[in-house]
Amino acid sequence: MTGFPILSLMLAVPAVAAVAALFASAGAARTIALVATLIDLALGLDLWANYQIGGPQWQFVEHAQLFSGFSWALGIDGIALVLIVLSVFLMPICIGASWDAIEKRVPEYMAAFLFMETLMIGVFAAQDLFLFYILFEAGLIPMYLIIGIWGGADRIYASYKFFLYTLLGSVLMLIAMLWIVNLTGTTSIPVLMEYNFPVQAQYLLWLAFFASFAVKMPMWPVHTWLPDAHVQAPTAGSVILAGVLLKMGGYGFIRFSLPFFPEASAYFAPLVWGLSIVAVVYTSLVALVQSDMKKLIAYSSVAHMAIVTLGLFAFNRQGLEGSMVVMLAHGLVSGALFLCVGVIYDRLHTREISRYGGLAINMPYYALFFMFFTMASVGLPATANFVGEFLSLQGIYKASSWTALIAGTGIILGAAYMLYLYRRVAFGEQKNADAAAMPDLTVREYLLLTPLVIATLWMGIYPESFIAPIRADIAHLDARLAAARPAGDAQVTPGHPVAETHESAEHNGEGSEK
Amino acid sequence: MHSILFIVFLPLLASVIAGLGNKALGKFPAKVVTTGGLFAACALSWPIFIGFLTGNAEATVVPVLKWVQSGDLSFDWELRVDTLTAVMLVVITSVSALVHLYSWGYMDEEPDQPRFFAYLSLFTFAMLMLVTANNLVQMFFGWEGVGLASYLLIGFWFRKPSAGAAAIKAFVVNRVGDLGFMLGIFGVFLVFGTVSIPEILANVPNHAGSTIGFLGHRFDTLTILSILLFIGAMGKSAQLGLHTWLPDAMEGPTPVSALIHAATMVTAGVFMTCRLSPLFAASPDAMTFVTIVGAATCFFAATIGTTQWDIKRVIAYSTCSQLGYMFFAAGSGAFGAAMFHLFTHAFFKALLFLGAGSVIHAMHHEQDMRYYGALRKKIPLTYWAMMAGTLAITGVGIVDVFGFAGFYSKDSILEAAYGTGTGVGHFAFFMGITAALLTSFYSWRLVFLTFFGKARWSQSEHIQHAVHDDHGHGHDHAHDHHHGHAHDDDGTAGYHPHESPLVMLLPLIILSMGAIFAGFVFNHAFISEGEGEFWKGSLVFSEHLIHHMHEVPVWVKWAPFGVMVTGLLGAIYAYIINPGFPAAFVRAIKPIHTFVYNKWFFDELYNFLFVRPAFALGRLFWKVGDVGFIDRFGPNGAAWVVVQGTGLARRLQSGLLTSYALWMLIGLVAAVSWVLTR
Repeated sequence: MTGFPILSLMLAVPAVAAVAALFASAGAARTIALVATLIDLALGLDLWANYQIGGPQWQFVEHAQLFSGFSWALGIDGIALVLIVLSVFLMPICIGASWDAIEKRVPEYMAAFLFMETLMIGVFAAQDLFLFYILFEAGLIPMYLIIGIWGGADRIYASYKFFLYTLLGSVLMLIAMLWIVNLTGTTSIPVLMEYNFPVQAQYLLWLAFFASFAVKMPMWPVHTWLPDAHVQAPTAGSVILAGVLLKMGGYGFIRFSLPFFPEASAYFAPLVWGLSIVAVVYTSLVALVQSDMKKLIAYSSVAHMAIVTLGLFAFNRQGLEGSMVVMLAHGLVSGALFLCVGVIYDRLHTREISRYGGLAINMPYYALFFMFFTMASVGLPATANFVGEFLSLQGIYKASSWTALIAGTGIILGAAYMLYLYRRVAFGEQKNADAAAMPDLTVREYLLLTPLVIATLWMGIYPESFIAPIRADIAHLDARLAAARPAGDAQVTPGHPVAETHESAEHNGEGSEK
Repeated sequence: MHSILFIVFLPLLASVIAGLGNKALGKFPAKVVTTGGLFAACALSWPIFIGFLTGNAEATVVPVLKWVQSGDLSFDWELRVDTLTAVMLVVITSVSALVHLYSWGYMDEEPDQPRFFAYLSLFTFAMLMLVTANNLVQMFFGWEGVGLASYLLIGFWFRKPSAGAAAIKAFVVNRVGDLGFMLGIFGVFLVFGTVSIPEILANVPNHAGSTIGFLGHRFDTLTILSILLFIGAMGKSAQLGLHTWLPDAMEGPTPVSALIHAATMVTAGVFMTCRLSPLFAASPDAMTFVTIVGAATCFFAATIGTTQWDIKRVIAYSTCSQLGYMFFAAGSGAFGAAMFHLFTHAFFKALLFLGAGSVIHAMHHEQDMRYYGALRKKIPLTYWAMMAGTLAITGVGIVDVFGFAGFYSKDSILEAAYGTGTGVGHFAFFMGITAALLTSFYSWRLVFLTFFGKARWSQSEHIQHAVHDDHGHGHDHAHDHHHGHAHDDDGTAGYHPHESPLVMLLPLIILSMGAIFAGFVFNHAFISEGEGEFWKGSLVFSEHLIHHMHEVPVWVKWAPFGVMVTGLLGAIYAYIINPGFPAAFVRAIKPIHTFVYNKWFFDELYNFLFVRPAFALGRLFWKVGDVGFIDRFGPNGAAWVVVQGTGLARRLQSGLLTSYALWMLIGLVAAVSWVLTR
């Protein structure tokens, strides 16, 4: 153990606050939660500021042997760092979003959220395979409770679906982990990331991990838990679900599947591409016909996450870095979109799109924020999503131009369903008197949305702050994957003698004009 | 600090102030800030342009901020200034400044003015970022930024359902093109290892004749890259196939149509083609493709222009058609001529739109030309401005003496197309000549329907509303009723159109000067043997082609003049001498007219092919795919299995000893038989 155990402290602060909140009154519980999450935010920013770019791969390392090979091992690289920063950034916003919206069992609610923060940071910081697994699975519990207790009308069905889906996937992962530990004799993730598994064994192991992460992402066709979970979850639950919990799937791929099993990853890459491009087109079209705002955004999340998996399995720097940025960007923007839904849900208590309309008239500033995040979700350049999507698609184009083309239709369909949503909510005449009477944003809502705007623009205009910490780690991973990298279908072959070229060029020209 | 920083970022700053300040700031400060910012940017732009015109300026790149670095892919925020940029700078800032000013008058009754002016300035910023881009990704930023501003401005009157629909359509159709652009950028990076424009262009010769894999086939590298990028240009510049959004974009306020959908944004595709001209020029097939698309659009849009009744839609199709000219100029290798037409077109088309806005303003928001007529005397300044614009667009002029703006640019395009000597070039020439005939016809038709003939205002609902409102005010006056009737006879319904205020007329006058003189003054710099010195390598310039342009047969030189006069005479006959003729003619060619009047049924076709299937598939995937299949056989199926399974287990555990014994026996027999038969 070296230096001050800042990671343990970041885990401890919300955990202690969670216990304290349980025994506090509603008002005190809110304050405790806000203070604790703000402290963690400050610690997270401190972590970011003190992270040495170009320093050792693993920093802020803590290690304490517990029992029979199981150890309390924490430590982060750049990839974990940015995801932790995202988590601690979103948490105070979640608490703020629940400030008035949650009225029953406030202490328990706040405790669940704080407990969740501990688990989320732990997942990203864990360096021990079993510690990771425990935290990864435990994260289900508070979310299950948040949906099941504070959710909407159909919350029981949604929470069971959420729980069963995700649990089923992780059982296979547990078996694979046991096998790995048995084979290698270590539970240390950094060690395993450099371990060369026999290629034959990689396939089954990869599939076992894939089962868990694919559900978590979620990838098509195991995505159907997400719309239900989102629809039933309270606003802050949706924010954290979309913002951080989905990222655990992507984190799993980049932390385990790719570095552990490079050959198997390459072998199964076409499967991932196939599922991802189906997801992009399929869920985008489904999003187009939704009449429930949250369901629409949930389906759009599946489409965006498919871009992440494409980038990850493109096997090059742009793809990997791009998918990291998409994860961060989606965390900000879809979180913000759920907040935007929450703002009007709190006023009218319905998610039906047709119950709104013409909000730009009575809520102009709300309309402005909603427009901003709509455009960010569509991937307009200078917002965070563009940087990520551009790099990811660039990466996948290197690997397969067909995949890039079909995934690229997502930018058309994304514009269609988001702008169609925006038009129905904010444009048009005020059809409903109650919607027309809704007041514009309150100070609290400004405070929630403004930081997200700033972060989205920052990541879009100067993403270097976020890419620089992960650069070395991605380069390292890229080098490890290099041997297994698929060839790609776009290789350029140098020119032929002029006469011959002319003929073939003409032929191609005809083809493209038709 | 380089003045380009102020030119680009002043509009952004103004936009943010006006947009966030909005109603708290008030109308007047918002207008002053945005308009002031734009006039400042304009005042800074002209010296840059004049510097390049006189040959005193050199191309520079001003770095702003690091943007993205990922592996060997990196691009930064930078502002490039060269001749090509300088031309665009003066076009954008001048037209934008004038449109800002014009909007003081045109949008005077609008309660939501700060938002409008903020959008206008935001657009200008994005457009400036586009033309100053030194790498393809920043160009894409500007590209999408103008798309956003266009979306916001088309949907400015967001209460109107048609405005909301048109805004979405514009954005989504543009995105189709953008996908091509993005794939083009990806391919460029793959081939050239960079997205920096100068580096790409410098390396083009190294890749001549190479092939690249794309969608499982092998193509000529430069051809496929050019065509992918060009698909982006087709979307933004509303070329055939991706043009459907432009006419609908007329839902936006008229100043917006003038700035975005005529003078600047829609020309972004032409600009891009010219900026990347070394890449395009290196691929004969891509050039052929560009020529054919341009020529086809030029003809196609012109046919529709002759049939429309909405004054703005006529001009919109006219824009579409003129963009076609620019593209087939570029495709013929005459990039200088393409840029020159872009330059002159910006002035006269902005003028026509702002003139139309002035007419609409005078006619109480009536846009249907069937209800115009006889406005010449009522709004004389607008009339003369529209005349200047019409003379410019129809290309009136005498070879080697003087011509209006369009005369120089359009003639040089047609000569270049013919001068290429290729089959495609001749195809483009004949398409262009036919379109010139139609242009002359529909432009004069617009003028005659609007300003000449008898007043037909009384049938207009807008005018009736206006008159009614007036009557409402003056109800006590007993004469009013008779008064109204008396006017009904002369078709005016008692309505008195007023000339627009000075803030609207001033831009018209200035733009009229541009429409009259821009061609005459600048044609030597843009298109002549000496143009190489002006462009300084910022676009491909072929002395060879210029030479050929001068050697075209005399009939080619005079053909544009001939068709222009023919179109004019046709319009005079049909709309002044024999006003009954158009209706009779339409009856005679009913099927063709229906086809053309309905815009070749593109909207219906796309609805049938794309829009309705998208919604149907979405419902299918949702109801049948997710709910009917995945959930049914996934989680719900698992739950069903568990429920059934527990039911079965419950029944098995009957508690009867005999039944347990029976099961044990069966088990034993099964086990033994398995061992024995193994």
